Amino acid sequence: MNGIGTVYKKEVRENLRDRRSLFNSVLLGPILFPILFIGLAYFSSSKQQESVEKVLEVPVVGAEHAPNLVMFLEQQGMVVQTPPDDPEAAVKAQEVQVIIRIPEQYGEQWRNGEPAVVEVIADPSRRESNIPMQRVKGLLNAYGAQIGHLRLQLRGVSPTIRSAVMIKDVDLSTPQSRGMLVMIMLPYVLMITAFTGGMHLAIDTTAGEKERKSLEPLLINPVPRWQIMLGKMLATATYAFASLFLTLLAFRFAFPLLPTGAIGVDLNLSADAIGGILLAIAPVVVLAAAMLTTLAALAKSLREAQSYMGLVFMIPMIPSLIFMVNPMKPETWMMVIPMFSQNLLIGEFVRGESVSTLWLAMSMGSTLLIGLAFAAVAATLFNRPRIVFAN
Amino acid sequence: MIKVSNLHKSFGEVKAVRGISFEVRDGEITGLLGPNGAGKTTTLRMLYSLLLPDEGQIRIDGLDPTRDAMAIKRTLGVVPDSRGLYTRMSARENIAYYGTLHGMKARDIDMRIGELVDTLDMADFIDRRTEGFSQGQRVKVAIARAMVHRPQTVMLDEPSNGLDVMSTRALRRYILGLKRAGHSVILSTHIMQEVAALCDRIVIIANGIIAADGTAQQLLERSGCDSLEDAFVRLIGSEEGLLA
Repeated sequence: MNGIGTVYKKEVRENLRDRRSLFNSVLLGPILFPILFIGLAYFSSSKQQESVEKVLEVPVVGAEHAPNLVMFLEQQGMVVQTPPDDPEAAVKAQEVQVIIRIPEQYGEQWRNGEPAVVEVIADPSRRESNIPMQRVKGLLNAYGAQIGHLRLQLRGVSPTIRSAVMIKDVDLSTPQSRGMLVMIMLPYVLMITAFTGGMHLAIDTTAGEKERKSLEPLLINPVPRWQIMLGKMLATATYAFASLFLTLLAFRFAFPLLPTGAIGVDLNLSADAIGGILLAIAPVVVLAAAMLTTLAALAKSLREAQSYMGLVFMIPMIPSLIFMVNPMKPETWMMVIPMFSQNLLIGEFVRGESVSTLWLAMSMGSTLLIGLAFAAVAATLFNRPRIVFAN
Repeated sequence: MIKVSNLHKSFGEVKAVRGISFEVRDGEITGLLGPNGAGKTTTLRMLYSLLLPDEGQIRIDGLDPTRDAMAIKRTLGVVPDSRGLYTRMSARENIAYYGTLHGMKARDIDMRIGELVDTLDMADFIDRRTEGFSQGQRVKVAIARAMVHRPQTVMLDEPSNGLDVMSTRALRRYILGLKRAGHSVILSTHIMQEVAALCDRIVIIANGIIAADGTAQQLLERSGCDSLEDAFVRLIGSEEGLLA
């Protein structure tokens, strides 16, 4: 057992001296991801505010057919512009985001008491034109409702008679649960960090050792090979765990900096939530270390090992992507799926909910079991001459 | 004391070792001489229990590497063909790592490194990181870490590969010193002069079998040649691999 500790200590210490890869694997994530989050949040919120507050400038075709409507729009602060010759082409070419067209028969329909048609020309598939389009529709609806009310009142009918059903929102989401951006991204970021944090060590301690030609002399020492491998995997897991811890810490300080407008709420990562997340994700770290070490040990060279790592990136991404595309209600059976269950649990922790002990135990237990199975395979790899004497 | 009898090892179709038997006596330097690819390294790897023989028997001081691998590794000092160092660690740390893996105490390791620095003349670079070390310096560190636990039996696989003349001379002096101190030494090499200068007994290996075995004098007599070099060529039946 002494061998495990010796190998572990040496790998941890030696890799601490490799400043550049230490920075890349352990520190870059905790620095980069929060900055990315804050940047994105600011960008999207300022973009949103900009288009909500900006003066609405809309070309109107056929303004002469509805002078009252145009006057209403102008009173509401909309600037009416002269229309281009070909409105459809102008919208398609993205010269203008929204155009209102009032057809000739507007006046006639109006006088006959029929719904008078007003066209809103826009391309909703362009996300930036959504907000101006909705603002224009809102104004047109408001005008329609106002005139409708007046007509009913003129006929001596209470306008409320039109509202047979009134919808009232009762919002049960906790403040935290609305932080969607964070909810989706944080588990994803953490899952990737569990892999990237230890990646450098996994390669350096196996394929790197082979390439440096230091593996054979190492194995001549009177220490069972599984102990050597275990020491290396533990060092890999330690680095991944450290990287995770730093990432969570960085997010704790970054959340208060997020613009409230972007998410609609204040988010915070309590010490309890951090503890819970680290606990939930610890088995993933074990699984990741064992998988990375197995792959890297099978590689003949550093370069080959690195090329495998691109594939490994996909593994933690799959559950996060499924969840991103198809948000699911957490259920008990999902807790046995490695990485997917942690995704759900991290969501619960960030949402500030109390997490079921059974779920946590199931998730940790099943992932740890698979992780240990991988570790057991990895531990025997140095027994194969083909892996030791690759070149 | 090492006894090897009828050793076989194949890698797939390739028969690397096909029935090798020899003896290494205490206090002697035994040279495994043979061209590149003759099976020297494979034989040594079986001796230090990194490879399992397909067939045959090995006894090192009565111990069997296939059964008592750990016990054998404790009594062996091996400088294998690959002797990479950890470049982000100093020479001292490289040696101390192996000492700790052998279960030595920190104080004992310090003392032992002190001795090795003297005998191997490493004072100039012992506390430098091994990044950028010369071949000579690297071999010294590799020898020091193999000898840190004071092994009785020493195995060196082509130790003078890539060394300049000065370093080679220092290495030979060191190996002769080992013999004087009572160690048994196995030296694998493809260089004639090395064998002539160092070895008490010579085992010539070619194509995975023993071509000849004996003292330098016996080999000369058996081949009827005047020089060891001619004897070597005569005994293995080709000049292949002779030029170093």
